[in-house]
Amino acid sequence: MLRIFLVALATLFVAAPAQAHPHVWVTMHTELVYAPDGRITGIRHAWSFDDMFSTFAIQGLDSKEKGKFTREELAPLAKVNVESLKEFDYFTYATADGTKVALTDPTPEYWLDYNDQVLTLNFTLPFKIPVKAKELKIEIYDPTIFVDFSFDKQDPARLVGAPKCKLDVQLPREMTFAEGKKLSEIPADEKNTTMAWGAQFANKLLVRCP
Amino acid sequence: MTQVPRLRLTHYVLLVACILFLVAAMNGAFAQPFGVSRGPASPEVGGFAGWILAKQAEFYRTLSGLIRAAKADGSAAYTLLGVSFLYGIFHAAGPGHGKAVISSYLVANDETWRRGIVLSFASAMLQAFTAVAVVGIAAALLGATAKTMGNTVRVIEIVSYALIMLIGLRLLWVKGRAFLRLLRDGQHTHHAHDHGHHHDGHAHDHHHHAHGQDHHHGHTHSHHHDDEDDASAWGHAHAPEPQELTGKHWLRRGLAAIVAVGLRPCSGAIIVLVFALAQGLFWTGVASTFVMGLGTAITVAAIATLAVGARGLADRFAKAKPGVGMLLLRGLETAAALVIVLFGAALLTGYIVNERLMGV
Repeated sequence: MLRIFLVALATLFVAAPAQAHPHVWVTMHTELVYAPDGRITGIRHAWSFDDMFSTFAIQGLDSKEKGKFTREELAPLAKVNVESLKEFDYFTYATADGTKVALTDPTPEYWLDYNDQVLTLNFTLPFKIPVKAKELKIEIYDPTIFVDFSFDKQDPARLVGAPKCKLDVQLPREMTFAEGKKLSEIPADEKNTTMAWGAQFANKLLVRCP
Repeated sequence: MTQVPRLRLTHYVLLVACILFLVAAMNGAFAQPFGVSRGPASPEVGGFAGWILAKQAEFYRTLSGLIRAAKADGSAAYTLLGVSFLYGIFHAAGPGHGKAVISSYLVANDETWRRGIVLSFASAMLQAFTAVAVVGIAAALLGATAKTMGNTVRVIEIVSYALIMLIGLRLLWVKGRAFLRLLRDGQHTHHAHDHGHHHDGHAHDHHHHAHGQDHHHGHTHSHHHDDEDDASAWGHAHAPEPQELTGKHWLRRGLAAIVAVGLRPCSGAIIVLVFALAQGLFWTGVASTFVMGLGTAITVAAIATLAVGARGLADRFAKAKPGVGMLLLRGLETAAALVIVLFGAALLTGYIVNERLMGV
């Protein structure tokens, strides 16, 4: 009796953290930066927010020229943005040949641009230790889907200084029946971190190098 | 002898679990990856949740264009209102604590579906009002930044979540005690089976009468302890007098629930309002916010009605199985109260982040 009750509660609670509605839409352009020795050193993001969130974010900010903002004027907001992203690991996850690799906090050169009523956040996430990998996977997603990420359609991502490597951009897709079945076969007490809800909507960059 | 009650007990536990799950599922239809992993695979649910999510996002994203269009051409405002309405409906169908708290509250307090609808609409309207008040005062009048508004919302949030927890704790205290007493009583039936049975049957009959709103004929059994416990739940006597049913007592009782759920404004509404304000169309934004609230209310009311229906099922089950029936009802009420407490606690501690205004 207690068990069923607890399972019901557990279901409720496991369900709980996934409570979200996207209220922020981000269009990404991402560059993967390589060192001359073929190791990847960093991920350079340019995230453009949707027009409603952009307007919301600049509400009440002072600028010399009405409706226009310089990088300097937006610097305090950029700082808040970047600092609050830390808590969410910058929504960016890297895997080299199947092993997770750590990224560090962004380099100090980050900034916000405001063009055509759209706010764009530019920042670079360095790899803690630059890695060389046959297969590198970069995933960008919000596990709780508060933020909806998608790649820019024209120019989603680029490799910078990575000779002979091939870049694949994978857009998020629906969970297939087989995946659902696979999930159902995982014992209930085993915490499944690899297939979290938000990960289903991950935007993936796959880089294959010889 | 011992086999039969045990079977019944399993039944009742299953039913409680089902209804609990229903409330949870209504709230968190989005839990698929985990939800699926716990039961039989049902990708259809995932598809449905995904569809709702996609729809609400789609509607939300057209709002900015429509607000811009309304600036150039006033008649576009009607389209804006229509889309706002649909957005409200779909938005509320997604995750959110409001539905769960209202549903659990209705189940625990044995409220009617009419009251459920009133509570749903009142809390949704309050929610729209708070959003308008925050943006109207902070942004429009004071020229505050998004950060200031975010902080304001966070303060409102804490008050609202604390209130949810208080409501839950109070209900849990009252309903839980009644449940535990009944549970203890159940164990005595070994000694005095006849007495226990009679006692339970009595309790059930009594309860049944309480539901017949219009005919309170001969309602003069001597009250036993259950009723005393009930009477202290927000002044909610389990067998209310007719004038109490038609009067405003329940509304006063529900006011706390309305405020607890409706106080926290929807982040989406705030963003839309700020955007409308920036376009010089604040009042159009206000209208859109209230229409959104109307849509939200309809969805929440529908789900609340479902919860009341589930409770009705439990009542019928209780009627069919007098002994265990009362235990079921009390157990269900206690579980529903517990859900409210847990939601309040989870929201307060940040385990559930209901909606956040990112990075501002």
